Amino acid sequence: MASRTTRAGRPEHLDLDALLADRATKVLVCCGSGGVGKTTTAAALALRAAEQGRRVVVLTIDPARRLAQSLGLEELDNEPRTVPGALARGAGSRSGGELQAMMLDMRRTFDEMVAGHTTPDRAQAIFDNPFYQTISTSFSGTQEYMAMEKLGQLSATGAWDLIVVDTPPSRSALDFLDAPQRLSSFLDGRMIRLLSAPARAGGNAFRKLVGSTFNLFAKAVSTILGGQMLADASAFVQAFDTLFGGFQERANATYQLLRAPGTSFVVVAAPEPDALREASYFVERLSAENMPLAGLVLNRTHPVHATLSGARAREGAETLEASQSDRLELPYRRAPSDASSPGSELAAAVLRLHADRVESAERERRVLGRFTRAHPAVPIIDVPAMSTDVHDLDGLREIGRRLAA
Amino acid sequence: MTDQRWPAALAEARLHVVSGKGGTGKTTLAAALALALAAGGRRTLLVEVEGRQGIAQVFDTPPLPYAEQRIAVAPDGGEVRGLSVDAEAALLEYLEMFYNLGLAGRTLRRMGAIEFATTLAPGLRDVLLTGKVKECVGRTVGDGRGGRGRVPLYDAVVLDAPPTGRVVKFLDVTKAMGTLARTGPIHSQSEGVVELLHSGRTAVHLVTQLEDLPVQETLDTVDEIHEAGLPTGAVLVNRVRPSRLPATALTGAATGAGPGTAGLRSGLEAAGLFLKDEEVDGLIAETVEHAERVQVEAAVRSRLDAAGLPQLELPELAEGVDLGGIYELAELLREQGVR
Repeated sequence: MASRTTRAGRPEHLDLDALLADRATKVLVCCGSGGVGKTTTAAALALRAAEQGRRVVVLTIDPARRLAQSLGLEELDNEPRTVPGALARGAGSRSGGELQAMMLDMRRTFDEMVAGHTTPDRAQAIFDNPFYQTISTSFSGTQEYMAMEKLGQLSATGAWDLIVVDTPPSRSALDFLDAPQRLSSFLDGRMIRLLSAPARAGGNAFRKLVGSTFNLFAKAVSTILGGQMLADASAFVQAFDTLFGGFQERANATYQLLRAPGTSFVVVAAPEPDALREASYFVERLSAENMPLAGLVLNRTHPVHATLSGARAREGAETLEASQSDRLELPYRRAPSDASSPGSELAAAVLRLHADRVESAERERRVLGRFTRAHPAVPIIDVPAMSTDVHDLDGLREIGRRLAA
Repeated sequence: MTDQRWPAALAEARLHVVSGKGGTGKTTLAAALALALAAGGRRTLLVEVEGRQGIAQVFDTPPLPYAEQRIAVAPDGGEVRGLSVDAEAALLEYLEMFYNLGLAGRTLRRMGAIEFATTLAPGLRDVLLTGKVKECVGRTVGDGRGGRGRVPLYDAVVLDAPPTGRVVKFLDVTKAMGTLARTGPIHSQSEGVVELLHSGRTAVHLVTQLEDLPVQETLDTVDEIHEAGLPTGAVLVNRVRPSRLPATALTGAATGAGPGTAGLRSGLEAAGLFLKDEEVDGLIAETVEHAERVQVEAAVRSRLDAAGLPQLELPELAEGVDLGGIYELAELLREQGVR
């Protein structure tokens, strides 16, 4: 698209249709900072792939209500459901395609993970522990961890040939990669053992090193948190102890899945400095982790549809406005016949609009320019903004067309 | 005379909490508000609590430490200070205050003990962060007349709060306290926080854009704020773009009738522009998109009006938001009655 040409050269075009058509693509992860349209992008890509004949499941994290409804996700049951109406009307739908969708239920995924790794009695003891309630609903990495866990489960069933994953609305795109590790190291951490059973965990040398400071701290913490909290934490850790090995293994397996051939990351950003800064960090991080980046989806751009320059449009609008105000102020003086045509007010408005649009397209291009100078090899696709909100399958199909343009 | 866009009650508030859906410009407008409130030689503090260093980015300064420092000067001599509050540092500060840990505090932090404590009870983190904010609101200095009179150090504190999805939970310290001990220093401090947050000295403002999702989240959050008994402030409608079309052309364009090619073409020719068909079609396509957007905006605006909160409007800045943009937005806030 002409609007993306920069002095630094034209970035490579991201061909998402080729990626979706490639049977070797098994997992597609959509990531990016909050508010850039990740969920919609994931849903639109999944629908498009299904209508091109693939068996697809899309894992959404926290879809807006109406988008969820359009995917048939009124009930949160943590299992994939067939999307009603997908494939029914898609022009050029090929046979064999299938679209299922699900919304992550973080608490339930955690419960299932616990239940799958221990006896029913022990599992119940864990569920009843108030500390488990905290960890499974409020810990800042839990949602990310459970998204990874669910991805691992979906992948293990082998029921789909493409899994599209939306990532949690973290404040920063990087949290998705870090949080699972954070949660497991927290649960497995030395502190939790130390506080729950100091004698067992620390060993003499350690206790000497920290000495009375630690006792003082433990006292302070229990003053703040209350003794019961520590007792609950201790019980929780003991019950959880046997599960750690299994959890760690699973987290590692999922992490490996993200690096396996067949997995691709799509970074989604809006043409705003903050979103592109996050996208930049993410691109660097993926490259450091050897995780395969397909490219950048630059969402909600405002490309111009006419090549008329902003300056000429503004000039034209001014000419028309001047002759209009002449007519208003001096009604007895005959305005030049061509400037008094009925379309001149409309034309002036249309020209002003175009000038605004050229200005915002230029700003978007400058913002993107900073990204492409740092990452010239990252393929990019612009997705022009829709003027109305997307909340049905037709809207998603239209986004899909724009993604594949 | 009071401007209803910023009623007298808001002018009385000392703590301005700013939230909004991610991506709507929450941090930018919190910064502009702190700058607007600093006008007239006043002193304000802009606080962030999520460790994002958003304030430093907006004001183009190096990352903020856990200390208040000057980040901007208002045109007529006021001052904005910035602070990035960090729950772990705040906890250490408490422990220092009450248990005199000395150097040991740093050792504890290195061991992960502090992170552990703030993670163990998620309520603790919020209590610590809001506790620090309350301390800043309440801090006083000598009144400069040599006597014993004391005045607040900050005329106003602006909190760049968590986004709409989390903000009420964050501010609902009463609930968070349920997870903590019933006695002790943090408990008694929290009671003061609850009192401040539920009083007329606090106002919770919400940033939105004229789009379906941000407006829906704003309305949902207003309900949550009311349920939690917190005081609502204003809705800051960000990135408002002017409607360029005459009303008659607008409905025609949005309903698909198009803006009337023949008339448009003769108008363009009157401006000396003789364009090819595809150029005119392109201009029409842009006009139709604009008209559709204006209609969506009108629809969400009427939903927003129904919430009955004061509204302030800020335009989309053509050049994007840089430091100059923050000053421009602050001035626009002043013009709409912010003081």
